[in-house]
Amino acid sequence: MVKLTINGRKITAEEGTTILYAARENNIYIPTLCENEAVAPYGACRLCLVEITTAKGRERLVTSCIYQVEEGLTVRTDTDRITRIRRMLLELLLARCPDSEVIRELASKYGVTRTRFTKQKGNNKCILCATCARTCEEVVGVAAISLARRGVDREMTTPFSEDFSDVCIGCGACAYSCPTGAITMEDVNGTRVIKWPHNQMEFKLKKCSVCGRYWAPEKQVEYVARTSGTPLSDYDVCPDCRD
Amino acid sequence: MTKLKSLGELEALRKSIIGKRDPKKTVITICNGTGCQAHGCKDVTATFQKEIERQNLSAKVDIKSIGCPGFCERGTLVVIKPRDIFYQRVRPEDVPEIMTETIGKGNVVQRLLYTDSKTGKKVTYEPEVPFYKLQKRLIIGNNGLIDPTSIDDYIAIGGYAALAKALKMSPEQIIDEVKKAGLRGRGGGGFPTGLKWETTRRAHGDTRYVICNADEGDPGAFMDRALVEGNPHSVLEGMLIGAYAIGSHQGYVYIRNEYPMAVRHMQTAIQQAEEYGLLGKNILSSGFDFDIKIKRGGGAFVCGESTALIASLEGRVGEPRAKYIHTSEQGLWGQPTNLNNVETWANVPVIINNGADWYAQIGTENSKGTKIFSLVGNITNTGLVEVPMGITLREIVYEVGGGIPKGRKFKAVQTGGPSGGVIPESLLDLKVDFDELDKAGSMMGSGGMIVMDDKTCMVDVAKYFVSFLEGESCGKCLPCREGLRQMREILTRITEGRGKKGDIKLLEELSATLIDAALCALGSTAPNPVLSTLRYFRDEYEAHINEKRCPAGVCKLEAVKVNEG
Amino acid sequence: MAPKELKEKVKKVLQKHQYDKSLLVDILQDIQAESGYLPKEVLEETSKGLDVPLSRVYSVATFYKAFSLKPRGRYIINVCMGTACHVRGAVKVLEGIEKELGVKTGETTRDLKFTLETVNCVGACALGPMVIIGENYHGEMTPETIGSMLKNYN
Repeated sequence: MVKLTINGRKITAEEGTTILYAARENNIYIPTLCENEAVAPYGACRLCLVEITTAKGRERLVTSCIYQVEEGLTVRTDTDRITRIRRMLLELLLARCPDSEVIRELASKYGVTRTRFTKQKGNNKCILCATCARTCEEVVGVAAISLARRGVDREMTTPFSEDFSDVCIGCGACAYSCPTGAITMEDVNGTRVIKWPHNQMEFKLKKCSVCGRYWAPEKQVEYVARTSGTPLSDYDVCPDCRD
Repeated sequence: MTKLKSLGELEALRKSIIGKRDPKKTVITICNGTGCQAHGCKDVTATFQKEIERQNLSAKVDIKSIGCPGFCERGTLVVIKPRDIFYQRVRPEDVPEIMTETIGKGNVVQRLLYTDSKTGKKVTYEPEVPFYKLQKRLIIGNNGLIDPTSIDDYIAIGGYAALAKALKMSPEQIIDEVKKAGLRGRGGGGFPTGLKWETTRRAHGDTRYVICNADEGDPGAFMDRALVEGNPHSVLEGMLIGAYAIGSHQGYVYIRNEYPMAVRHMQTAIQQAEEYGLLGKNILSSGFDFDIKIKRGGGAFVCGESTALIASLEGRVGEPRAKYIHTSEQGLWGQPTNLNNVETWANVPVIINNGADWYAQIGTENSKGTKIFSLVGNITNTGLVEVPMGITLREIVYEVGGGIPKGRKFKAVQTGGPSGGVIPESLLDLKVDFDELDKAGSMMGSGGMIVMDDKTCMVDVAKYFVSFLEGESCGKCLPCREGLRQMREILTRITEGRGKKGDIKLLEELSATLIDAALCALGSTAPNPVLSTLRYFRDEYEAHINEKRCPAGVCKLEAVKVNEG
Repeated sequence: MAPKELKEKVKKVLQKHQYDKSLLVDILQDIQAESGYLPKEVLEETSKGLDVPLSRVYSVATFYKAFSLKPRGRYIINVCMGTACHVRGAVKVLEGIEKELGVKTGETTRDLKFTLETVNCVGACALGPMVIIGENYHGEMTPETIGSMLKNYN
């Protein structure tokens, strides 16, 4: 176990824990947008920055989602400097995604209700946190979407922004994991429609042979059957009816 | 070429090469570096070759293509050895006269000589050209002596002697020597090289890598290009010594895509070194194995950042990562990796050959040795200059550089590329070294030194650098991607006459956020050009915003009806 | 280039690099050197051959400026926008070429003759502003000399 201090409180954490998780374990809130338990930390949104002083006296600003706890570490999560940084980051986010409820709520938490920057046009809620792409690669394993181009032209998209993918199984993990709702998923009349910022796809849903409910995309079912080496017929019945 | 199997065989080869060469033979050396390619050196070289064949002089006269010696303003550079007659601005039409007068009769063609702008006198011999004389050309000086595609040329001037010496030392002794010499990284970071080597050597892991960063992305900087094109073996020798000291057996040279000649010359150099057994297994029977591979960049400035470069080497997009764990501990493929800049590696053989004490006598207390700068922009003598640390900016600009052309006035010199800042006239007596430049709000950076005259608008300069970085940002982190976009918009508005009250404050706030919150050095140093131009030329910003006027007369400020309310 | 020909070219390049996934950037560079640009089929073949997700190949191909996913002109015009060239007036030269050819930076003329790109410093600063077309260096360019420079290229 490692002993450290966060905001004046002495806490202990297991070696290998990030400052962020150690804080959460002790009910200390640090804002995040690109962090998701299911995938490796990315360090892109910078909202989780904290001020630290190491046991040897070195002071720096680090992203708490990546930096691991150390013996004798002093952490401050809400200094004036951190608050100034967060406010500016939120102002930048408000300019990028002026129509995002999630951003507006988070911004108002820090007293930011307007932005002095030029707002981007178009209803874009994507903050390029890449949680969707990372989930698709690290958790689902198909890597159907990714970040293309770079800098201000960066976009989250399927290759060539096609409304088609050889590998997407329509599982919707990307939609679930998106922190701002930039990816939407809707199941209507036996078809699932997933909409990404620059493309969309439709998936035929499988019908349960017992209750008649449409329960999962056929492509996803085929993928699970193939990768687990189980017969496709095992999935004719939905999980609820199987018990 | 047979493999050299001992230090003795290397020395014997050296003696043999030198022995076969007649020091009195006439050699026409012609610069074929990229800069002189632009001056038309290919035609000059071809014309000389034709003439020599035509006059049946192949046995008496040699032609040697050399790499860039740095006096790029005066290309195509031709030096007639062994007398060292220095001809500049040579065109194919000048070749017949040189052949007849100089090669044939031993006369000097006066009109092709360099005229000293201070004295008005013509200079005949290369070592006396003021541009060169005022420099301390420890590293780049050899560019004038060798054909970069000939390993024998390199060996003839003492090449690989440092390697031989190092192989007789222990790795710890070599690291101590480099530490004592005080060598600091020449790529921009200025980190103590010996310490980096030591950390990498001591890190946990079975495999260690060494990398040469030849991604030279700072616009206006081409020191590394000249070294890799003109003396690739000096870099290889440095890497060999470093790899031996660190305990690495695999090295990579990462060359930017925009330098095709550098790639070709380094490929040839590696091949030749392998043929002589200076690379590969059991080098010179020392038991030390080392291989080097070349990787090309894909056209991304951000890949000059070490973690982004490593990502590129791993076949991924060039996204940097947080450096809480240094690349010395976990770098390429998670293994301890030592990355150094081209010029840093080229300094290593010089240190080993001459000793740390000798090296440490050059430079200032905390910045030892020399630095190669690319002196460009509004300056008379455009080119590469190698000077001892501690020389003043005034000396570089006015003595070596020949001052400002077209009768204009000096306004500022920009150092450190997009991560650096401007230095105004009031600070011209600043002694150039790592710490002094930092204190002035700029930095040494990779060595780009852009001279700006009074017809340069400082707000436009800030806009230029921010636009450059906006286009090169990888886009991963929020403050850099969105922050640079907004900074560029604000600066564009200001230069177009639509600046608002509060713009300067907003720029300063954004700058503070980028410095603190950006993920890598591209973002965190991006505000430097803005902050330093604000520091020394705030009045120009205010003129643009409040008076809709560009003092330098550069910006086309739209005739805007100023709302007096 | 016919699809079968393209597939062969990709295979050859992958073989040369021993199907090493870490050499993706080098592989794409070698392929582009052959085919002039990276068409979709090439990226798909590369993805299959290397067993790397197409999304990653696409990310890499669009991240690095060296790669083009669209056909390029016979002559690639590179206008240097390095700092030294900038203070000597490179912006006006670029604007002049855009006007002359009727394309914006990054675009190709309709007759597929010229592609206009910018490059950040090629290290020939003594002769700035610098324009490189193919392997030819045109130095000390001004808006007035653009016409005669372009006439050299048929």
